[in-house]
Amino acid sequence: MSDWPLWEVFVRGKRGLNHTHAGSLHAPDAQMALRNARDLYTRRGEGVSIWVVPAAAITASSPDERDSFFDPAGDKVYRHPTFYDVPEDVEYL
Amino acid sequence: MSPEAAVTTQVRPQALARYCLALGDDALILTQRLGEWMSRAPQIEEDMALGNIALDLLGQARALLTYAGEVEATYTGEPARSEDDLAFFRDEREFRCVHLVEQPRGDFAFSIARQLVFSTYQYALYSRLSRLATSPDPTLAGIAAKAVKEVDYHRDHAEQWTLRLGDGTQESHRRMQAGLDEVWPYVDELFTDTEDAAELASAGVVPLPSSLREECERRWTAVIEQATLQVPEPTRRSRGGREGIHSEHLGYVLAEMQHIPRSYPGSTW
Repeated sequence: MSDWPLWEVFVRGKRGLNHTHAGSLHAPDAQMALRNARDLYTRRGEGVSIWVVPAAAITASSPDERDSFFDPAGDKVYRHPTFYDVPEDVEYL
Repeated sequence: MSPEAAVTTQVRPQALARYCLALGDDALILTQRLGEWMSRAPQIEEDMALGNIALDLLGQARALLTYAGEVEATYTGEPARSEDDLAFFRDEREFRCVHLVEQPRGDFAFSIARQLVFSTYQYALYSRLSRLATSPDPTLAGIAAKAVKEVDYHRDHAEQWTLRLGDGTQESHRRMQAGLDEVWPYVDELFTDTEDAAELASAGVVPLPSSLREECERRWTAVIEQATLQVPEPTRRSRGGREGIHSEHLGYVLAEMQHIPRSYPGSTW
């Protein structure tokens, strides 16, 4: 059974709005992956919803592409919303 | 609620104490058997699944044995025996578990077949018990209400595996059928109307064991047929566990489970 596929697990907590990555596990199919995820990642009451995704279905950026992907964003200060004057009487900002 | 208040005059506390011991012993001994799978399951994920199920059962056993000890104290006049006293310092003949839970863990398919049978039975039992919340014994109904959600998951786990092994490869199909065939002689005993259970059932405290059978069989049959397997027709049937007559295997389970507290009484860690 060592050829069971790998699944990535995403759990949404009680007060959380998003599913966040919790870890990965092996399971023979999606339904069993959900159950294994329940046993591995929600046994201390961490979650109210689980997603499982076959790890093979995830396309990830490559470390080799890091320079071209991410470095150019480093010096574009004008992309951050820091050039506006906020009027004093605007609340909740 | 104190046991004195809970136990009505209609029911002998002896019957209630023995009934709780029986249910508690079933859960306790199966906990031991499931614990044997730790580090030996097909995958680490399955180690966790079986371990979680075992711990749920241990929790049920603790509540049931504690309550049995309290009820027992109402008629013995002795201090109540604790859950540990009952788990570690009773001998084989004083255990009231069914033979099903005593059997060695076998291969994975056998263990899944046993979980299918036992968790379906427990679900039927606990869901009926929890609906008896207005019964003369709310303690038992309360224990059942908590346990029924746990057992619902245990049943699902066993059903999912039964379907996959039965409708899987030729080898997994063969093993799953062999597991069912090995387990089925122990099914009948779960539904035996013991004197204690019958007395409690007539007072409306517990469901009659035989009345749970139809619901269980319907559920098993549906899963087993969907898994392309056959419901076995056993030629022998175990009996006697509820009266303390056990298969040869229980003694070995107890030796392992009881050895430390008996060799080092009062030790803690």
